[in-house]
Formats: sequence, C-alpha cells, structure tokens
Amino acid sequence: MSLFPLLIVLLLMCSVGYWYGSKKALSGVKGSSKFITSRPQQFGIYVVVWGLLPPVLLGVIWTVVHTAGLDRSSPLVEAVDQTVFPVAIMIAAAASLYLAVARINPDLRVRKTLEYVVYAVLILASLLSILTTVGIIVSLLFETIQFFGKVPLSEFFFGLNWSPQTALRDDQVGSSGAFGSIPLFAGTMLITFIAMCVAVPLGLLSAVYMTEYASNRFRAVVKPILEILAGIPTVVYGFFAALTVGVFFRDVGESIGLQVASESALAAGVVMGMMIIPFVSSLSDDIIMAVPQSLRDGSYGLGATKSETVRNVILPAALPGIVGAVLLAVSRAIGETMIVVMAAGFAANLTANPLESVTTVTVQIVGLLVGDQEFDSAKTLAAFALALTLFIVTLCLNVIALMVVRKYREKYD
Amino acid sequence: MTDMSPSERPKGWASEEFVNNLAKRQRSEKRFRRMGLGAIVIALALLATLLVSIIGRGYTAFIQTYITLDITFSEEIIDKKGTRDPVDLRAASYGNLVREALRKEFPDVTQRRELRQLFGLVSKDAARQLRIMVEKDPEIIGKTVPVTVLASDDVDMFNKGYIPRDVVQDDRRVKDNEIKWIDSLEAAGDISTQFNSRFFTGGDSREPEMAGIAGAMVGSLYTLLVTFIISFPIGVMSAIYLEEFAPRNKLTDLIEVNINNLAAVPSIVFGLLGLAIFLNVAHLPRSAPIVGGLTLALMTLPTIIIAARASIRAVPDSIRNAALGLGASRQQTAFHHVLPLSMPGILTGTIIGLSQALGETAPLLMIGMVAFIADIPGGAFDPATVLPVQIFLWADSPERAFVEKTSGAIMVLLAFLVFMNALAVLLRKKFERRW
Repeated sequence: MSLFPLLIVLLLMCSVGYWYGSKKALSGVKGSSKFITSRPQQFGIYVVVWGLLPPVLLGVIWTVVHTAGLDRSSPLVEAVDQTVFPVAIMIAAAASLYLAVARINPDLRVRKTLEYVVYAVLILASLLSILTTVGIIVSLLFETIQFFGKVPLSEFFFGLNWSPQTALRDDQVGSSGAFGSIPLFAGTMLITFIAMCVAVPLGLLSAVYMTEYASNRFRAVVKPILEILAGIPTVVYGFFAALTVGVFFRDVGESIGLQVASESALAAGVVMGMMIIPFVSSLSDDIIMAVPQSLRDGSYGLGATKSETVRNVILPAALPGIVGAVLLAVSRAIGETMIVVMAAGFAANLTANPLESVTTVTVQIVGLLVGDQEFDSAKTLAAFALALTLFIVTLCLNVIALMVVRKYREKYD
Repeated sequence: MTDMSPSERPKGWASEEFVNNLAKRQRSEKRFRRMGLGAIVIALALLATLLVSIIGRGYTAFIQTYITLDITFSEEIIDKKGTRDPVDLRAASYGNLVREALRKEFPDVTQRRELRQLFGLVSKDAARQLRIMVEKDPEIIGKTVPVTVLASDDVDMFNKGYIPRDVVQDDRRVKDNEIKWIDSLEAAGDISTQFNSRFFTGGDSREPEMAGIAGAMVGSLYTLLVTFIISFPIGVMSAIYLEEFAPRNKLTDLIEVNINNLAAVPSIVFGLLGLAIFLNVAHLPRSAPIVGGLTLALMTLPTIIIAARASIRAVPDSIRNAALGLGASRQQTAFHHVLPLSMPGILTGTIIGLSQALGETAPLLMIGMVAFIADIPGGAFDPATVLPVQIFLWADSPERAFVEKTSGAIMVLLAFLVFMNALAVLLRKKFERRW
C-alpha cells in the first residue's frame, strides 16, 4: 500500500471526526443552560489533532528506523512496509479518534489544549534554524574528520601545493594527491581584495552622496536602480565576467603588451565588486542615516562645509558601523561561488598577480563535488574540509560584523 | 595693495588668507561632491554595461534561421514496401529525404567531404519534422512539397552576422563553399527567419538550434513551489513565536543569533548540507526539484523570518491590547489580528526571498542538478534542472550559438526576477499603512 491512498483514508477519517466532534459539542449544549467554553470548530480540530498524532508519530519512528540502515529489500521489511505499517497506522488513528470523540463534552477546555499544541508547533518551527546550523556543522564535521584521517592537518593548512586530481588513480605512485590549501586561500583573498577595492569606495561614496547631497527625487529614482545590482543572479555576473570583462581585460592587456590570462583574478574580482556595491552602499546608507542630525548641525554651526562635515564628523562617527558593513561584504565575497567558478579558473596558482588565473575555495568545492563522487576518497572529502573552513571563517566574520554594527547602532539611541 | 603696511591689511573675513582658504575649501567641497556623483555614475554605468552586453548578445536568441527546401517524399526511401505501415514509417530514414533535397538543389557537389558539409547546413531536427509530417498525413508520400526546416547552428550564426565573411577561412566555422551555398539559397529566397518558439517550448538539447528552456522553467517552477511550501509556513510560524510569544532567555537569544548568521552563510554550504542530509541520509532522488527546493527552503528561511518579524513588529501594540481587552487569548490576538495586518509585509519578504532562491545556482550544483536533462520534468521527484543552472551549463558549451542562447535564457530569468520584484513593490505600495 503506497502512501497516497493511506493519506486519503486518514484525511477522510479526520474529516468525519471533525464533523462529529463539533456536532457532539453543540448537541451537548442544546436545550440546556450549559455554557460552551470553546467554539464548535475547535472541538472538531481537537478531534483531528488527536486523530493525526499517532500516525505522525508512527511515521516519524518508522522513517528513523528506515534511515538507520535497514535492509530495504529483505522480504520481512517489505511485508512490514506493505501491510503491517499501514494497518498499524489505521488502527492507531481510529482508536485515537474514537477516544477523542468520546471525551468531548461542552465543559471540556479544548481551546487551552489546542493552544498548547499550537505553541509547541511554533517552538518547533523556530528551532529549525538551530537544527539547520547543527545539521551544517555535523554533516561537514563528520566528513572533515574522515578527511583528516587520510590527510594530516598540517598538510591541509600549511601545504603550498593543491592538486587533488592525482588522488583519483589508486594504482599510481604517490596517489594520495596534494591537499595544501594555502593557494586556495591566497586566491580567495586576492579576489576578495580586488572586489573590495571596487566595492568599498564606490559603495561608500555613493552612500555619502545619497544621504548628504542627493535630492529626494534623485534618491527615489537612483537607489532602486542601484539595488538591481544586488538582485541579479550571480550566474549572470559569472557569464558577464567570463565573456565580456575577461575578454576586455585580455584585449586591453594585449594592446599595451601585458600578458593577461583570459580567466584572470582581476576580471572575477572586479565583477564581484560590482555585485557587492549595493550591499556596501545600502548598509552604510543606514549607518550614515543613523548619525544624529545634531552632530551635523554642530559642525555646520562651526562653519564647516558639507564635505568637511562628512570627512571629519560623520565618517568617524559612523566608522565602526562601516567597518561592520565591510566585514559583511568581505564574508559575502569569500563565499561567492558562481562568479569565480565561471571567471577565475580551476588552476591553483600561488600568486599575487591579479592578471593571472587563480582559484578559490568555493571553486574547488564545486570542482571536487560536481561529477562522479565516491564518498570515501580524500578528493571528495576535501570539499567538506574546505567547506567547513569556509563556514567557520565566514561565521567569525559575520559574528564580529553583527556585533560591531549592533554596538554602534545603540550608541546614539 | 602691495605697499600696504601690515596694520593696514584687511583682517578677518576680508583677509587674503581667508579668501584663498575659502576658495580652496569650496573647491574641495565641489570635488568631493563630484566624487560622490561619479561613484554613482560608475555603478550605474557598470549595470548598463552588463545589461547591454547581455541583451546585445541575447536578443537574437528569440529568432531562428530556417531553410526552405523542396522535399520529395519519395516512396523508395520512406516506404519501400508501400504498405503505409505506421511502424515502417516511424523507422524510416527521413534524413535521406533532406539529403536528397540538398543534393538536388546543388547537383554539382559530389565529393564526399563536401557533401557532408552540405548536409550539415540543415539541423538534425529536420528529419524529425518530416517524420511528423508523414505520420500526420501519409497521403503526402510521393509528392514534392516545399518544407521550411530548421537550419544548423552554424548557418544560423552566419545568417545573424556572428561569423564574419572577411576572416581567413581556417579561422572560420563556416567555410567558403558553405558560404557559397548559403548565398545561393539566400538569393533564391529560401532562407528565412522566424520567431523561435522552440526556445520557450523545448527542453535542453546538445544541438544549440534545438535547445529550449521549457524544461528549466518547469524545473524552476517545481523547485520554487517546494521552497515556498516549506519555507513560508515555517518562516511565518517562527516569526510569530519570536515576536509574540517568546520569552527573552538564552534559547531565544540563540535562535536569534542563529537566524542572523544563517542569513549570511555562503550558499554553497547549504548545498553541502543538502547533499549530506537529503541525498546521503534521506536517500531522496538526485537532481530532483524536491531536494533543490528543500535545500533552497533552508536558505530562504532566514530571509523570510527576518522580513516577517519586522512586519509583525510594525503592528502597533494598541491593536494587540484592544483584542486582549475584549477577552481574546494571546494566540487569538496573534492569529486573528496581528497576522492579517502584517501579511502584506510578510508576503513582500517572501517574494524577495523566493526571487533570491530563483537565481541561486551554487547549492543546486552540489545536489546534482547539473545533469543534462532533455525532458521536461513532470513532477517534483523527476530529474530536472533550473534556469540558472541551465544558464551555467550553456555558458560552458563550446558552440558559438550557445552564447546567444545563454544570453536569451538570462533575459528570461531577469524578466522573471523583475516581475517578482515588481509584484513585491506593488504589494508594499498597495497595503502600506501608517499607524
């Protein structure tokens, strides 16, 4: 018996329970002076909740047992799956429905019980965010520990050579591959640095202009247009970087006699910076807006011009918040995947030259996990180790940034 | 002024020093202002470059080149037995019909290599098209009919002007003799362009001229549907709990910090989570929208929660107090009064979260949605791909014609995003209220 008819039968049973429960509650009051404490529908829902509880619990238990490594193909399990399990669910649901209906009388405080159930569901929903975080950490950690069983920590964190591909051929001499992650982190830092060089000045200056100089009409038109930059999917930026910007830089380089790789760190970094501009500008916009008018007025009163006020009063006052915004932007740049996958290349070069091709952590994760996977090779597991490092680094940056931003915002309240 | 004694020199506002200084300060003020404006102009110029380069490359994806050939549906080739048996008709080689037609059009081509080039002018799709024609109307066998068939991607690219004539032959995909044939077809009025409806109705294909985005669009639709079904109720419920019921304690603090952090976790990490949990533990099917949707739901959840909380917080306390004063329970207050009032804001946040999910690529690469899938998925459990991944796949293809297709697909994706964001803005404008 498959899941679908089972669900239909269950829902039918529940609707009958709903109808009967609400009817019974009402009939109990009819002709008497008894006061009904909850609305009749709530009695119906009460019955339904009781009717659904046992099947859901049984279903969860059965799923857990299943995923805990049960041999699906054995006839016994199949028999349980096909007959015992649905029958058990039906019986449990029917019994529970019957008991719930029998319990109904107009004096029953159904609403109270229902509200407890709702409350529990609400709490469960908000715990999901914690569960997600735990899920991320556990799933990454589990594979990472396996990885470090094969590759020593010191090699991963201090090795200068990254070439995981050699690990594919088991019969080769030295088939363990090289898992020194320094070139990846250096590449990531290089591209992030270029991106910041584009995004921070442009974002900050436009935020200053928007808040201090621009008219309301200018703001109302230009701000949403700038925000479009943030809404464009990163795969589009990747395509743009690879096909337009990369080629442009290569041609310009050629014309002045420079050797520029067609997948250069510069192209990826510039386009990534372009993506981050609105992120920096709207965050610093908020922060500059939060600087109280009294500070500006004080500065104007002393005879300072607008730009002097911005440079000497507003920016210093907003500096911690802006630093927080930049940190958030850095963490976003570090975690960005598609632009670098499409525009930065897979070769792990340890170089500081932005005209060469470099690779980043996210590119390598994609490279290692797209395609054929075998989950016990160091090659695949390395992706999880990289992801865990990435997760921890961005997490630290985010926590610091959020703390800085929050602390700063409280200062003038 | 040169022979004035120091005591006679103007002081204060009028002093030369002050005037010079003021002019300098005013210049620097202007400079600063121009820098700010310049930054905005540069940012806008970058956006314009992006859009122009995409649209400039992509608009031609919506039209396609066709060649009209006089096809003789000769009985010898497609129905030797003359029985009109559907099974025989289905198995016949319709490619030969096209080849015969081309041979008749250019009788002087005889060399093997040249013939292969000549046959390459027409897409593989032509054979399929002729088969469908015959199956629909077997009467056609034996007649000669002009049929408009799809041109190959090279002819299409040449016709659209992407392959210049004046390049050395070796650097050119379309060789001199091919250009000669195309020109003669052109002169005979046999080359035409039509709106490329296949682009919107067809699935992916290895042949650029046959490739369409319908499969990716349907896949995106299913994925977004799953994302919405999972993330919307859970997001709203968490927001209600955190804003209306949660006591301030360690646990709720932890939840708050967590949500803020999850919103900034790199998307690829969510992909690895999906890979580990939904594929390796729960054994859900690879490449399926259900897995993609679940993964994206976890990613979208923080966005929805944060937006929903802001929207719930904006409902003034007087409304809560009025409801409580009339004897409503706290849950009745929350669900009957606060939630409906904050719904427009919540929906706005949800649409924005979903539009982010629509454009997301990296996590879907991790759960195997990069496979080549030509069929249009029929459900959330079928293997599928989504628009951004389709764009990624096409961007990787070496054929020149895929550049145009990629840009076209990007334009469609951007159109969807603009539509969703416009919807969000509209919703906000329509239901915006001030208390």
